[in-house]
Amino acid sequence: MKYKFWVGLSLVLICSIFSVVQAKEELIVYSGRSKSLVDPIIKQFEKENGIEVQVKYGNTAQLALTLMEEGEKSPADVFWAQDGGALGAISKNGLFSQLESDILSVVPSKFQAAENQDWVATSGRARVIAYSTKHVKVEDLPTSIFDLTDPKWNSRVGWAPRNASFQSFITAMRVLFGEEKTENWLLAMKNNGTKSYPKNTPIIQALAAGDIHVGLPNHYYLLRFKKANSNFPVNQQFFQSQDVGNLVNVAGIGILKSSRQAKLAKKLIHYLLSPKAQQYFSSQVFEYAVTDQIIPNQQLLSLEQLIKESPAIDLSQLNDTEGTLKLLQKVGLL
Amino acid sequence: MKKPPWYLALPILFVGMVILLPLGYLLIKAFSVRPSEIIGLLFRQRNFDLLTNTLILAMAVVLCSTLIATPMAWLTSSSDLKFKTVFTLAGVLPLAVPAYVTAYALLSLTGFQGQQTLGIDLPSLNGFSGSLIALTFYTFPYLFLNLRSAMLGLNPTLLDSARSLGYSQWSATWHVTLPQLIPAFFSGGLLVFLHVIGDFGVVSLMRYETFSYAIFSQYMAAFDRTYAAWLALIVIALTVLLLILEFNFIKYKYYHQTGKTQSRPPRLTRLGKWKWLAYSFLIGILFLSVVIPTFIVLFWSGRGFSALGFMSLVEVILQSASVSVLTAILSTILALLFTYTSIRYPSIFFRTFERLSYIGYAMPPLAFGLAWIFLSLYGLPIIYQTFCLLILAYMLHFLAESIGPIRSAILQIPIHLEEAARSLGLSPFSAFWHTTFPLLRNSMIVSFSFIFLAVMKELPITIMLSPIGFDTLALRLWSHAEEAMFVEAAPYAMVLVIVSLFFVAVVFFKEVESD
Repeated sequence: MKYKFWVGLSLVLICSIFSVVQAKEELIVYSGRSKSLVDPIIKQFEKENGIEVQVKYGNTAQLALTLMEEGEKSPADVFWAQDGGALGAISKNGLFSQLESDILSVVPSKFQAAENQDWVATSGRARVIAYSTKHVKVEDLPTSIFDLTDPKWNSRVGWAPRNASFQSFITAMRVLFGEEKTENWLLAMKNNGTKSYPKNTPIIQALAAGDIHVGLPNHYYLLRFKKANSNFPVNQQFFQSQDVGNLVNVAGIGILKSSRQAKLAKKLIHYLLSPKAQQYFSSQVFEYAVTDQIIPNQQLLSLEQLIKESPAIDLSQLNDTEGTLKLLQKVGLL
Repeated sequence: MKKPPWYLALPILFVGMVILLPLGYLLIKAFSVRPSEIIGLLFRQRNFDLLTNTLILAMAVVLCSTLIATPMAWLTSSSDLKFKTVFTLAGVLPLAVPAYVTAYALLSLTGFQGQQTLGIDLPSLNGFSGSLIALTFYTFPYLFLNLRSAMLGLNPTLLDSARSLGYSQWSATWHVTLPQLIPAFFSGGLLVFLHVIGDFGVVSLMRYETFSYAIFSQYMAAFDRTYAAWLALIVIALTVLLLILEFNFIKYKYYHQTGKTQSRPPRLTRLGKWKWLAYSFLIGILFLSVVIPTFIVLFWSGRGFSALGFMSLVEVILQSASVSVLTAILSTILALLFTYTSIRYPSIFFRTFERLSYIGYAMPPLAFGLAWIFLSLYGLPIIYQTFCLLILAYMLHFLAESIGPIRSAILQIPIHLEEAARSLGLSPFSAFWHTTFPLLRNSMIVSFSFIFLAVMKELPITIMLSPIGFDTLALRLWSHAEEAMFVEAAPYAMVLVIVSLFFVAVVFFKEVESD
């Protein structure tokens, strides 16, 4: 009896080792974007190109750390990340290889690695001001995020200080305006009775319920609500052009230096920037496309307008999240 | 002093060394900068504050867990209540739900959100009290199952002798029963303590800042592995300190008696009029441990269940369960090896090795995962991203959880049984196999369950070390919850809990059969 058990156990162990060792030639992607968002488009790519893609899904930061630890021995060909900060960190560690101009030229320069030219965005998400259509007229909305400290917005604003996108926005504010001004704004907002929510969705719900009148979420949450209910009593708007409140952060992709499949990797990036994939991000995931060859989603701005509205900032610089966490702790928001 | 035979000593030496390897990695990383550059950063006020917060929370959680676990363990082992197996499972269920999901459920049930979701007005749970409640609820099973195993292994004749020598019921309990529970209490308590130190999911949702905040933000936000390595080393130093305290506190006494064992079956205490109080306490725990996962599934799924592909679901369940079962079996065997040797061949050396498992447990999972990426890629690249490495890593990380129950059990089993078997001509292994091993059954079931449940819901090590394409229920649950796609997350939460509980129930009903 016990011998059977031991034999069985060793067989399982041996099989599990060899099932992985004999891997074929294929493209290996580390994806910080979740499977639920990107699996359909990867499947489509495999089907159309006859290339097998193996994806390791996980948290963007943990995968970035994994890549740093693996260094030149990484089995990965491509890193697809959820935010510019993680891409910037990989780039700073010199792990990405430079992209060629046929890829770089497809994406607006605002949405790629400004200095190292080693990653490009695949889609974007914008910070917006969402408002309750029952309580606020669109012409009464503030033009700058700094106007929200006005007493007339007292106790009417909602935000989500623990949300990663909110923190990226604060990092951008620190980069563009410095620590002091950011700190003063945070304190003024807090003293103006701004209400904290655990994340974006409750902000939208609270707007619909009339608990708050304006909120600072990412753009796509409202679109997901509106998909279910087109009469949803909330709308959203950008601040004035280039206001930091309109920060556009991106999901982006780069090819690792360690890759031995650079050709296939380039094919994947081209595919993700192709009209078909971009259309998918825009109409199914409600994100911003980063190329302009798609049928525009009626609820989104055109790419040209988006570039005009978003603040001028190098997205790779948004990697000092620690400084932002410290600041948020200092002012008592975390 | 007896020396253990080579076939016990060698594997232990080997595994012990392997457990220490990640520590070596951390030291290399830490000393890649000169300590003088980092000392100011390390010993600043904030880190002290975080450490104080952590210690206060950890002690409070251990205290509260003890208050729940002790009566529960006694009622489910030594009283005349009915449905004891059901109540025991109620004390296991909290381990089947990932801690962050429990915290999420508590947050949605109380305060502002509770009003919105349920229309009931419970005081808002967050900060210290929220963390305390969520972590106590999540970790008390460690103490409960350890204590329960120890109580089931108590020899009733000892108590009888004490009574016959004129001790009252209470003082007999105090002098005879309690000392026998001490090893179980320490193993369980240590696990709870270390768990609180390492927790990030709960405290971050509850917004109570502990030391893991510092480690987490260093890795995940600043991508700085050097400073993070220093912080991880502080946690390990703290763990070593705890282990030294524990080491000196329980000098291994033998908790068994000479002469015949189990001369009669244990007498169950009649509760009489206290019965109803006991039932309401246990039903309360059962209620909470069922209500929390049920609530989260219903709350997330909202109006409807999203359809899951049946085949893909079966595949994920099989992947999750097979890796968890395999890890649990191997860890239990390893734990048996470690504890048996350190108790039967007592020496400072092997006792120290037994405690090494706690170092693996205390190492922050991110640091542990990165260490194994480095060690395997640069040491033995052929195992990188294989199940072999994944299972090894799980095993070395969770081994400590399986040590406690087996340790208490071996301490209660008289060595004379084996000696008698030897004198009848059996080989050492055969003697062990026919005398001691059968008596370890119940505690091995508990060890198995601990590891199984831990692996089923593990995240960071899975993400970092699993073979590409490996998918688990916990990964699916997390990836949907992370995207705020709660409708899609709900069925995975449910399946995770049901599958976990199914396996644990199967092994626990085996325990009943053997009674």
